[in-house]
Amino acid sequence: MADRVIPTRTNLMVLIGLLALTLATTLIARVDLGAWHLPVALAIAAAKTLLITLYFMHLRWSPGLLGLMALGAVLWLAILLGGSMDDYATRVWLLPLGR
Amino acid sequence: MADIRVAYRHAPAPQFDDLVQQREAAALGMWVFLVTEVMLFGGLFTVYTVYRWLHHPAFVEGSRHMALVAGAVNTAVLIASSFTMAQAVQRAQRGLRRGLLGFLASTALLGVVFLGLKAYEYWSHYAEGLVPGALWTYAGQHSGPLQAFFFLYFAMTGLHAVHLTVGIGLVTGLIVLARRRRFTAAYHTPVEVIGLYWHLIDVIWVFLFPLFYLIG
Amino acid sequence: MIVATVALERPHEETYLSVGTTARSWLLTTDHKRIGILYMVSITLMFLVGGVAATFMRITLLSPGGGVVAMETYNKLFTIHGVIMVWFFLIPSIPSVLGNFVLPMMLGARDVAFPRLNLASWYIFVAGSLFLLWTVVTGGVDTGWTFYTPYSTQYATSHVVSTTLGVFIVGFSSILTGLNFIVTTHRMRAPGLTWFRLPLFVWSLYATSLILVLATPVLGITLILVTLERWLGIGIFDPALGGDPLLFQHLFWFYSHPAVYIMILPGMGVISELIPTFSRKRLFGYTFVAGASIAIAVLGFLVWGHHMFTAGMSTHAALVFSMLSYLVAIPSAIKVFNWTATLYRGAVSFETPMLYAIGFIGLFTTGGMTGLFLASLAVDVHVTDTYFVIAHFHYIMVGGMVTAYMGGLHYWWPKISGRMYPENLGRLAAMTIFLGFNLTFFPQYILGYLGMPRRYAGYPPEFHVLNVLSTAGASILAVGYALPLAYLLWSLRYGERASANPWGGTTLEWTTSSPPPEHNFAHTPIVTHGPYDYVRGPQGDQRG
Repeated sequence: MADRVIPTRTNLMVLIGLLALTLATTLIARVDLGAWHLPVALAIAAAKTLLITLYFMHLRWSPGLLGLMALGAVLWLAILLGGSMDDYATRVWLLPLGR
Repeated sequence: MADIRVAYRHAPAPQFDDLVQQREAAALGMWVFLVTEVMLFGGLFTVYTVYRWLHHPAFVEGSRHMALVAGAVNTAVLIASSFTMAQAVQRAQRGLRRGLLGFLASTALLGVVFLGLKAYEYWSHYAEGLVPGALWTYAGQHSGPLQAFFFLYFAMTGLHAVHLTVGIGLVTGLIVLARRRRFTAAYHTPVEVIGLYWHLIDVIWVFLFPLFYLIG
Repeated sequence: MIVATVALERPHEETYLSVGTTARSWLLTTDHKRIGILYMVSITLMFLVGGVAATFMRITLLSPGGGVVAMETYNKLFTIHGVIMVWFFLIPSIPSVLGNFVLPMMLGARDVAFPRLNLASWYIFVAGSLFLLWTVVTGGVDTGWTFYTPYSTQYATSHVVSTTLGVFIVGFSSILTGLNFIVTTHRMRAPGLTWFRLPLFVWSLYATSLILVLATPVLGITLILVTLERWLGIGIFDPALGGDPLLFQHLFWFYSHPAVYIMILPGMGVISELIPTFSRKRLFGYTFVAGASIAIAVLGFLVWGHHMFTAGMSTHAALVFSMLSYLVAIPSAIKVFNWTATLYRGAVSFETPMLYAIGFIGLFTTGGMTGLFLASLAVDVHVTDTYFVIAHFHYIMVGGMVTAYMGGLHYWWPKISGRMYPENLGRLAAMTIFLGFNLTFFPQYILGYLGMPRRYAGYPPEFHVLNVLSTAGASILAVGYALPLAYLLWSLRYGERASANPWGGTTLEWTTSSPPPEHNFAHTPIVTHGPYDYVRGPQGDQRG
């Protein structure tokens, strides 16, 4: 976390960016994207998260250790999700012979 | 007298060598705490992911029952509150007490608006019989997994609301301290650190919104 | 009171023990050393409760037909034994007792980063313990420490919620301790104390803290879900609502497998201190041991499914988890090789702490190898839910971690209390524990292999002899643990006064008096070299 003072203009631009992305994700939901709904929505959410963490939370000007921790949180969540979903997604694979 | 109070406030806690070490420790401590919050919500996100995978139609149905406008407005409200919180930190860094107070108050107020809208949403779900458990009276399609959807909705947004309430309490505490002139350009660590917590609450909602309101 | 004060301090030398002798000075302390002692008292009490449960279990298993207690009571005994030993003894043991005491000193710091949070973590521990003790006196809980659904959520009529809430509360104690240690290690090292000059105990506590903060929250939310399902009747794990009981197990074991590394890493850290000190030789492969600690912490998060091989998980997931479980054994093995290599050509002496350390290496290695048996899908199908598993984890948690705790307790006892314990009794206890432990748990490997299921209050007659041997061993083990309890307390009053560095250790805590002054060091030490340097001596230059 830096001692760096972030100018109001920067914060305003981040605000506008976040609101724009919110509008975008709301409108895109009305378009039929089939299976792409979820990845697109998550990508937009990820973009908003990057804006909030890098700018509002000053991660861009903070020691690398803090960024590493933020990345760690994401990675660990991925491990939890990945391991669990591996089970559910593959329940019909590799069944014993005859089934 | 005022000089002694200010000088005292500029002394680091006894375990630290100086204010810089203290501030860095506080920031690191808050980030570690935020990691634990991500993992806490992560458990619920996992349950969500598994059940959405297993019961996609029920989740689409559930999303149709959500008040999209309320959700979108709430998203904007929380984003705005992150902006005011970031501005509060900036004013604190610059030693501008009045600006600090104004932005802290706006942050808390926006938080309260969010909770108010949420309460309205909860009440309308209750009126439609969509509260899982004993109060469930909705008799449409996918009733079983639909209950799971709404359980997750109430659990995740509820846990989020609890965190937001705590946040509002903390920001109110900051207002009290700021009014007593406890923060200066040299020392305002609680503002920074509680700001980090507030922004995480925003990040969590940023994911909750599309996951519940914008399915298919 | 006055007499005790005189007995504890040297004349004219104020120590952390003598600065305040009122109850208030202890209960409102922010001194990491006093908080370590508060934890020591609490976990010892909980250990006794968990031990009483085990005693009744072993007595029941003296005869094939059981009969000493009702079967329902037996279920409550093994549940409370597991819950208490895992969350209220093992997990806090080394970190919150020895870690709290020693970590800041090893870093050359005056205290941890957040002393008030540290005290809060102890009070939270006590609060959680009260929930558990309430459960015990009002009829107990019978779900097993694993709280599997749907039994825990829908069918159990015992005190599930008070237990889950107690564990949930104590989880915050874990999280705060881990958070404190991480920040302290990053931000409060003395000048010159770079990461690769840190004692390995610090590395292992750091790795443990990573697990504490990443895993515990998932347990927290999972227990809340179980609690909500019992209170509100909404089955998130209920198939009738499209739920899956196995999802509970995924969430539970995502925490509980890394938790077993919380319950061994600190012990390994203690051993990494004891072996060099009592071989008077620098630890072999320092960097590898440090790296192995981090590797264990990380890899430990990737293997939780091996607790669910027979639960209905997909074959694919089972294969992946099995492979990864083999992988996680490697860093542990690296540590064992490095400790052994340290002993080679060292000037080895066999004081009590060293006896525990050597015992650890043998017992942990045995337990670890049987873990590999269990990681194999084909073997696990036969021995899962048998006494083989019980023997495996007791070899690691008791033969390993508790042994390391005892070793560390004896090693740092002079520093903590300013007194030496009686060495002959110390050695006797260590050997009694080693003997009693093996007699208790080695028969259980055989029992499990032969098919005796776990969590059963009785068994077929052909398992009788082995069970009797196991119970006999348990009674010897109990004597072994009772001895230190007695003579350590005795030493507080009558023990020989300890010097600053009775063992010739080289880490920073040995450069200050025994017991230390309130703020640990007269001046912040300046560190010029790594630990375990028996040529150049202790790390710190006190002229700082």
